[in-house]
Amino acid sequence: MAQEGQEHPISTYLWVWILLFVLSACSYAVDYVGFQGFTRWSLVILFMFLKAYFICAVFMHMVWERMALVLALFIPTFAIIVFVGIMGFESDYTQLGRKVFFDTGKPATVYAVPHSEVHKESHSEKGDH
Amino acid sequence: MATTSKIPLKDGMEGFVSDWASDQRAFKGVPWGKAMMWIFLLSDTFIFSCFLIAYMTARWSTVEPWPNTSEVFSLTVNGVSVPLLLIAIMTFILITSSGTMAMAVRSGYQKKRKQAGALLFLTAILGLSFVGMQAFEWSKLIAEGIRPWENPFGARQFGSVFFMVTGFHGIHVSFGVLFLFITARKVLRGDYDTGRRGFFTWQKGRYEIIETLGLYWHFVDLVWVFIFAFFYLW
Repeated sequence: MAQEGQEHPISTYLWVWILLFVLSACSYAVDYVGFQGFTRWSLVILFMFLKAYFICAVFMHMVWERMALVLALFIPTFAIIVFVGIMGFESDYTQLGRKVFFDTGKPATVYAVPHSEVHKESHSEKGDH
Repeated sequence: MATTSKIPLKDGMEGFVSDWASDQRAFKGVPWGKAMMWIFLLSDTFIFSCFLIAYMTARWSTVEPWPNTSEVFSLTVNGVSVPLLLIAIMTFILITSSGTMAMAVRSGYQKKRKQAGALLFLTAILGLSFVGMQAFEWSKLIAEGIRPWENPFGARQFGSVFFMVTGFHGIHVSFGVLFLFITARKVLRGDYDTGRRGFFTWQKGRYEIIETLGLYWHFVDLVWVFIFAFFYLW
């Protein structure tokens, strides 16, 4: 029977561990420094995928597994991207509908508001959109 | 090897059962328990994706401004407000526990019973502290008036998304901690050396079980990476 265990030098794990610490610190720094817009989300996504890659590849031993298993797990995740695309399109459309039909220019518009809430004052604390 | 022609194929329901039960193996070099864990994690990936996509849809379709997470999740230390401090500590704790888990798997395969058990125990303690911090975070936000249906900071969908996503992740961590403690006890007792049968499945365990459990634990860490990026930092 083939070797079924996964045994790798402890230094490999320690290096990846340090790397994950650094990457986490980097993504936290993105918020701490206060980057906004394109810089912010491109950096957040970059660090996120790097961390996900190293956890999958080394901690979960994916780089040492056979292609049959790797592809069986990797290919189905592309369906998620399609789903993100569909729902992204849908939410744009929903927001447009809400803006056209419900947005009166005032905060806390009328849709889905419990009856008890209708007469309350709307909250004043608002960030930018 | 072409051995299929030896046995005549059955039809109907009998054929369905014998086909699915036939001795075929797609994932070579992997214990079946580990392959099944991977399949489970793939399905869990889809569940968490659905939650995060629901969050994206809620956030993109609302006409109210989304709360600034950097401020909502800030902690005040010595009078200074530090953004996302608790979340950052939780992230580092979970990564550390992933590291100790990876080393426990390695010790297990080397049959270092005490080392593997101690590392599993340490992983469980780190996981437990993560759940504790999450409980603290939840009670803090509930005290500030965040509810699944409203909150004082902005779009009302924020609360429902927050409690659902972090709650579901927290349940995953909690179950992971439970199984880490059970496995740590089994390892330290020497169950995987003596072939002692499990109390529930009545099967003999092997050190591979640590790797299978490790996959689950790393997955929990992996999900947190995505929640951290999309929910807390976005």
